[in-house]
Amino acid sequence: MPRDYIPILIFVVVAAAFPIVTLLVAKLIRPSAPGKTKLEAYECGIAPETDTRGRYSIRFYLVAILFVIFDVETIFLLPWAIQFDALGLFGLIEMLVFLAILIVGYVWLFRQRALKWA
Amino acid sequence: MDAILFSAADFHVLKPVILLCLFGCGILITDAFLIRNRADRWKNAIPALAAQVAVAASLVQHLGDVRSGGAFSGLNGSMQVDGFAVFFNWLFVLAASLAIVISARYMGAEGEHRGEFYALLLFAQAGMSVMAAGYDLVVLFIGLETMALSFYVLVGFLRDTRRSNEAALKYLILGAFSSGLLAYGFSILYGISGSTNLGEIAKAVAARSEGDLALFLALITCSVGLLFKIAAAPFHMWAPDVYEGAPTPVTAYVSVASKAASFALMLRIFLTAFESAAEAWMPLLGAIALVTMTIGNFAAVTQTNVKRMLAYSSIAHAGYILLGLVAGNETGLRGVAVYLLAYVFMNYGAFALVAALRREGEAAEDIDDFNGLYHRAPGYTILLAIFMLSLTGIPPLAGFYGKYFIFLAILREGYYLVAVFAAIYVAVSAFYYFRLIRACWLLEEGEQQKPAQLDMNFGTRAALVACALLTLLIGIYPQPFIDLAGESVLAALR
Amino acid sequence: MEVTTAHYLVLSTLLLFIGTVGILTRRNIIVILMSVELILNAVNINLIAFSSALQQIHGQVFSIFVITDAAAEAAVGLGILIALFRNKETIHADEIDLLRW
Repeated sequence: MPRDYIPILIFVVVAAAFPIVTLLVAKLIRPSAPGKTKLEAYECGIAPETDTRGRYSIRFYLVAILFVIFDVETIFLLPWAIQFDALGLFGLIEMLVFLAILIVGYVWLFRQRALKWA
Repeated sequence: MDAILFSAADFHVLKPVILLCLFGCGILITDAFLIRNRADRWKNAIPALAAQVAVAASLVQHLGDVRSGGAFSGLNGSMQVDGFAVFFNWLFVLAASLAIVISARYMGAEGEHRGEFYALLLFAQAGMSVMAAGYDLVVLFIGLETMALSFYVLVGFLRDTRRSNEAALKYLILGAFSSGLLAYGFSILYGISGSTNLGEIAKAVAARSEGDLALFLALITCSVGLLFKIAAAPFHMWAPDVYEGAPTPVTAYVSVASKAASFALMLRIFLTAFESAAEAWMPLLGAIALVTMTIGNFAAVTQTNVKRMLAYSSIAHAGYILLGLVAGNETGLRGVAVYLLAYVFMNYGAFALVAALRREGEAAEDIDDFNGLYHRAPGYTILLAIFMLSLTGIPPLAGFYGKYFIFLAILREGYYLVAVFAAIYVAVSAFYYFRLIRACWLLEEGEQQKPAQLDMNFGTRAALVACALLTLLIGIYPQPFIDLAGESVLAALR
Repeated sequence: MEVTTAHYLVLSTLLLFIGTVGILTRRNIIVILMSVELILNAVNINLIAFSSALQQIHGQVFSIFVITDAAAEAAVGLGILIALFRNKETIHADEIDLLRW
């Protein structure tokens, strides 16, 4: 049994080694010229003005809630996908019913303007 | 694997639930797309009531099938339609219909009249329907959570009222906690028996030796979870706050329907899965029933808010109903069913009147707010008196028969001391119920206090009259109701 | 050392207790909601452990539903909390005092 996992082990080792090796190689061959301006934000947002621990807008929470709901529902797709052949047409119809119920919720959210940012 | 995974028989079993979900989703869509004016929001009650009619029709079918061919199950034995399930489903239909008709005016007065309200009422009912008919741990858990999640939102439906928010939060935290404990008990039951079917679990539990640690843990966690749901002491703390903070129609719905559904779940689990361990849980539940009656009745005496008072009284009622389960004999179970049936009408009547007192810009919920009600609305005051007397258990009103059977049952089992205490508490409860009646006639001379006023519409009036008539009818001519209750509960559980 | 079902049970019981203590003693409502999730995860560990010990799929299916329930509860909880926060500007259980605890 453990032998079956050797490919996975190799995969993990290669995956872990790849970033380390590339970064090391880059460090060795690139020229080094540190400077203050290089550390400043450049075309990637504005310099932070306040503490990062400030309050987030409540809208982030709303989006997070909606995300959690629709995200978790997908775990019901997984068992169906695994048993797709065995369940056949019945499984497909059942899944469509399930998705239809989700879509009712989504349409309702949309009409409530819960997805609008402003 | 079977070729047919969902047969016509399964559909027949699930029909009430499917109908409720379809109508619920339909209301969400029609409310979002068709109803544009605030003033038209009450029209959402029409599909909600239509759903009740449709469910009632399928229940008539179920009842006919059960009477002619006995109980039948569907979905590989995970749902079972028997007299028990049909009876409780009737209770939910009644409770939901009454909630719908008294909501329109109340939610309008609160300024939070929206279509989701009716959809959530139906979704909660779908969950309860599953709880009554479920015969499998997974199905029961899903039903319980469908009900509970809908109720959390309904309780907090008044978004701009802090009381409502806080009540919902409290309900959510304690409700989620109790669901978690119950699920933990379920998981251990699954481990003990290797099955989620209640029949299989009952066999596995019976095969276990007494004092088995895993069984004990399952019993404790399941009991605590269920006792939370029925608001039995010492797990009752959420009830008064939730009842007070929730919109009044929701309070009535929670106190009647959620209590009945939780009792249905409790009876199912304790009388099937845990039946062989009865010696372990009967004294435990007996003690809890006594504590519950004590706390409920004495705390109700000190309340000034009517909704809080009714909350404590509902805790006390849960104690009486628990006694029926503790007695465990036929009379006791019949008493539980009759009690729950009578409770629907008398409690809804009381809450409908409290709801009618709520007018725009005025939250009248204190006992003092009932002062002088008789001088304004003598007819409704008489109805209120009927409900209060019935809640006390005075014959010949509906509330009497529930108490009668439960007393009979505990006397038959020889628990004389318990019966004495229960009887004393009836006297205590008479004190606080009568206090509310007295307030209605009270109007002090010379005081420039405005007498209480009721704001009625057709729905509230119809609900009140129906509740009062049925409270009287069950009281005066109880036989058919007792037969119905007895037949359904006993046939299923023995 | 072999990890047996008993080990998983001990772990889940510990999680159950941590969650219970968290609900009863913590004052931040977000933390209380997290404690509820801990209890539900204890249930999941139980279910999966039994499912694998019994060589059955039932427990895993049950746990999928428990996960869904946990997510729904978290969503409803956060929703109610946001409604409360808009009216009251606090997420501390001590300051939620309009109704007696």
